[in-house]
Amino acid sequence: MEIQMQYYLLVSTVMFFAGVYGFVTRRNLIAILLSIELILNAVNINFAVFNRYLFPGQMEGLFFSIFSIAIAAAETAVAIAIIVNIYRNLKNIEVKNLDELKD
Amino acid sequence: MNAMDYSNFLVMKEELSLVAVMVILLLYDVFGSKKSLRYFQPVACILFAVHTLLHVVPSVANESFGGMYQYTPMIGVLKTILNIGTLIVLMQASEWLRSESTIHKRGEFVFLLLTTLLGMYFMVSAGNFMFFYIGLETASIPLATLVAFDKFKSKSAEAGAKYILNAVFASGLSLYGLSLIYGTTGTLYFEDIPAAITGAPLQILAFVFFVVGLFFKMSLVPFHQWTPDVYEGAPTAVTSYLSVISKGAAAFVLMTILIKVFSPIAAQWQGILYGVIIVTITLANLFAIRQKNLKRFLAYSSISQAGYIVLGIIGGSAMGMASLVYYILVYMVSNLAAFGVIAAIENKTGKVSMDDYNGLYSTNPRLALVMTLAMFSLAGIPPFAGFFSKFFIFAAAAEQGYYILVLIALINTIISLYYYLLVVKAMFINKSDAPIAAFRCDGAMRFSLSLCSAGIVLLGLLSVIYNQLSLLGYGM
Repeated sequence: MEIQMQYYLLVSTVMFFAGVYGFVTRRNLIAILLSIELILNAVNINFAVFNRYLFPGQMEGLFFSIFSIAIAAAETAVAIAIIVNIYRNLKNIEVKNLDELKD
Repeated sequence: MNAMDYSNFLVMKEELSLVAVMVILLLYDVFGSKKSLRYFQPVACILFAVHTLLHVVPSVANESFGGMYQYTPMIGVLKTILNIGTLIVLMQASEWLRSESTIHKRGEFVFLLLTTLLGMYFMVSAGNFMFFYIGLETASIPLATLVAFDKFKSKSAEAGAKYILNAVFASGLSLYGLSLIYGTTGTLYFEDIPAAITGAPLQILAFVFFVVGLFFKMSLVPFHQWTPDVYEGAPTAVTSYLSVISKGAAAFVLMTILIKVFSPIAAQWQGILYGVIIVTITLANLFAIRQKNLKRFLAYSSISQAGYIVLGIIGGSAMGMASLVYYILVYMVSNLAAFGVIAAIENKTGKVSMDDYNGLYSTNPRLALVMTLAMFSLAGIPPFAGFFSKFFIFAAAAEQGYYILVLIALINTIISLYYYLLVVKAMFINKSDAPIAAFRCDGAMRFSLSLCSAGIVLLGLLSVIYNQLSLLGYGM
């Protein structure tokens, strides 16, 4: 039995909005980064599913997913490096302590 | 499938020569002896100047990789403008890079800076959303490392974290929109998408997600909150780069994508831009008035300038594109002049507050004059270049019938005049017990500041520049 496309899209939509919600509400830098990863993975699912079900004759969506995974890895590496640097300066990574720059 | 045709790469002349410059500088930095590395910064500036001069005359329109990479004379002109801006930033950064805490990583700085420029080249030349996305990330990931470059200052680290998290979140939103666009049209090529756009609700939703990501990059209200913090915390050279080069490239890309890809739903995006322009210009102006830190002040000023830049996009006309590129050029020289003065004073004294500038004219008259020129140009006072760029961009919007919008923008110009003149007043009129002592900048900084001042005075008066640009523009 083949699973219909809608179910995949449901999963990706839930992941996307969970990511947006987490980005806004989480108070720890690593947790914020995890929320962003949820968003990016929702996008990858979307591309792969659209390609497989709607446009099976081409590869564009799958290629986009591969590139997007690679770029997301680079982004995470840089973000974690910056977070480590913050830990060295402040000894924690809570958002509420990042208040040196404000109006 | 055919074998890879390497002649495709020969179309990408600018990118190839930039990569050559980057590789030469990287090898020089790694293998150069300690003695020869004394000349690293002059060599970097000269090599990059040669690269700029090589491409100063735009060639004919072309494309490669099956339309993924596009080249038009206007794109060539924009790349030259970005080159000139980057060259000025490199010259202004040299004094800061020679200081104790950064001298061992100046090679990294130049390499990362040029990598982001390469990403922007890809971004403005893209003919496909995947290519566009790769360019966007090649531009923004190294920029985050540059923002966090002063790694022993907690301000810089904080700004870096705020920048990278916001940038990735914005590109995540954009990507989600792109995935829906792909799902409803079945292609990622700019040329093929308009035929498949019907204006269905899902497509409008996809478009909104996509464009919000770009608004984040351009720091338009209400997606601007990261801008003041990042501008204040980043090293001044990086702030100036962020505020002109990165913003200029994003504005041009926004325009090309809107007129090429989303022309069938022009009514919708024009409505969105209409609201965004009004909110951006007005709110940023009101916030700028109460800033005391000059970097923060210029951050809000640059947000409101971004609003004016979008005025060139909203009509989607050829004249709009010409005035947009002209505005980017003028805004670049004015803002880089202001940031150059701030960087020079910050390097010598560490002061960035507006009160510290009281009485600057009595001790450093030349720096005060350059700053005044920059402020007059940003405010749009004739006969400086800023007046002409504002005039053309208002004319382009009025030509398409946006009279009320232009009126609101005009009123905001008057408000902005107030806060730009506050800086001038501090330097010339306010008295200070301990003004900043007289000092002399290094040669590169003086040269870059004279270049910017010449630009501010001449760009408006030499009408040939705008005339040439208006021949190259294209619209919907």
